[in-house]
Amino acid sequence: MRNRPDPVALLALPALLYLGIVYAVPLAGLLVGSVVRPGGVTLAPFADFFRDPFHWTVAGNTLRVAALTTLVCLAIGYPTAVALARARGFAQAAILVAIILPLSVGVVVKAFAWQIVLRRDGVVSQILVGLGVWDEPQRLLFTEAGLVIGAANVFVPFMILPVYSVLKTIDPRVGEAATTLGASPLYRFRKVTLPLALPGIVSGIAFVFSMTASMYVIPSLLVGDRFQTLATLTGRSFLFMRNEELGSTTAVVLLALTVAIVVGSTSLSRRLGGSS
Amino acid sequence: MTIAEKLASVVLWTIAAFTVLFLLTPLVVTVVVSFGSSPVFTLPAPGWSLRWYEALGRSRELWPAVLLSVQIAALSTAVALVLGTLCAVGLLRGRFPGREAAVTFLVSPLMLPGLVIGIAMLETYRAAGLRDAWTSLLIAHVVITLPYVVRTVLAALSLFDFTLIDAARTLGCSWAGAVVRVLVPALAPAFLTAGMFAFLASMDNYPISIFFTDAWTRTLPIQMLQFVEESPDPTIAAVSALSIALAALVLVVGDRLVGLRRMTDL
Repeated sequence: MRNRPDPVALLALPALLYLGIVYAVPLAGLLVGSVVRPGGVTLAPFADFFRDPFHWTVAGNTLRVAALTTLVCLAIGYPTAVALARARGFAQAAILVAIILPLSVGVVVKAFAWQIVLRRDGVVSQILVGLGVWDEPQRLLFTEAGLVIGAANVFVPFMILPVYSVLKTIDPRVGEAATTLGASPLYRFRKVTLPLALPGIVSGIAFVFSMTASMYVIPSLLVGDRFQTLATLTGRSFLFMRNEELGSTTAVVLLALTVAIVVGSTSLSRRLGGSS
Repeated sequence: MTIAEKLASVVLWTIAAFTVLFLLTPLVVTVVVSFGSSPVFTLPAPGWSLRWYEALGRSRELWPAVLLSVQIAALSTAVALVLGTLCAVGLLRGRFPGREAAVTFLVSPLMLPGLVIGIAMLETYRAAGLRDAWTSLLIAHVVITLPYVVRTVLAALSLFDFTLIDAARTLGCSWAGAVVRVLVPALAPAFLTAGMFAFLASMDNYPISIFFTDAWTRTLPIQMLQFVEESPDPTIAAVSALSIALAALVLVVGDRLVGLRRMTDL
């Protein structure tokens, strides 16, 4: 009885087989192909890759932009998630629309809009000059700061939503109880809210970091060819340079990086007692 | 409320208001530019006009791309809804060894870099002799849409009380009748949310689609990125504004049928 396949479980097979054939096999093929060269199995492509200082710059760019973007998303996303959990009526609807509507709009559209906003005569420059922060109009387009702004704009919903989904399950009386027992707001945040929200924060960070590390459209529109990341270098080596060996090496490095982030964050949030 | 609490609350709402503005900025800018008369995206626009919408009607490259994207998105979402729902039922109701690992695997295309998935698929499909762009696009887009369906339907199913089906059968329903009249209506909001986000993800995909396009087969994001890079004029803004209007419409319908709050359970 135990060894016979359960007929209901068989319903899962078509989807698993489908993904196995058209998705898992290709990924396995990419991994194998990246270490097989004429003459046998070798790790030389990776050794060559990391010997080149340019590739360290590229890897550094990728990690730095991902870290900065994640930081910006956390700084504005966490308070927004808290506000959303507390909001009722119009404020709640406004925040929800502001999160879901941009999610339904294409990334090419948003990156294109940021091209206009970040120009020398763009809105950001005009505001900063108007406020007296800048003496004269400056261009943010084709700078790292501009890239981080655009990326944070596209990915901040993926910070807000997981944090919000944890926060909305916290009983508000927990906070009230802490206050009644004499906890200061800061102590309450550090000892009550933050530990409860931590699984959401961890999965938000993992989402934003891995998405920023692998983004391709946003940097190609906002920062240009002189600033390369692992993803843009991978794309360029396949689509323009026709250097498929370099492309498959960078693809595997990028894949390893994102898998490490996903696996690490999943085990971390499980240990923190979250379900997400 | 103490002063510290009031201050914290003011800071909180200021940041939230800023984030709302920040999130809506690109959408507002796109719509304003699309109605502006300036061909170089000057803001504020020197005057208003509909000329970019007229140019849109004349475009020869755009409409085939829209048609292809809608076709691929609709078909791949439909396939994913069938495969994904069966899969969710099998995983949840069947005795399944390694269920957690299976779910992680099914959702993993969402978390891995699209570009890497695209490259891997391209090489394997080419080696297998598949060269037709349309077929490759459809096969690849089912991989993009399936995770949304599996995740959302699995979450909805785990809240469903399966004794209701037994109850319906006790009351005289056939097994199939019980599934259609009890289970399907209970899952309808999940189908709608999953279908919507799956459809949008397919419509928006660039990094996987780019490897399966040729001169005749170009999806909308690929055609648009080419426009932006080669001939940026506000016609792009007009297309974008139309897609924003469409997204707003979908949102209103989704709110009526499911509710905005439930749509955030991504």
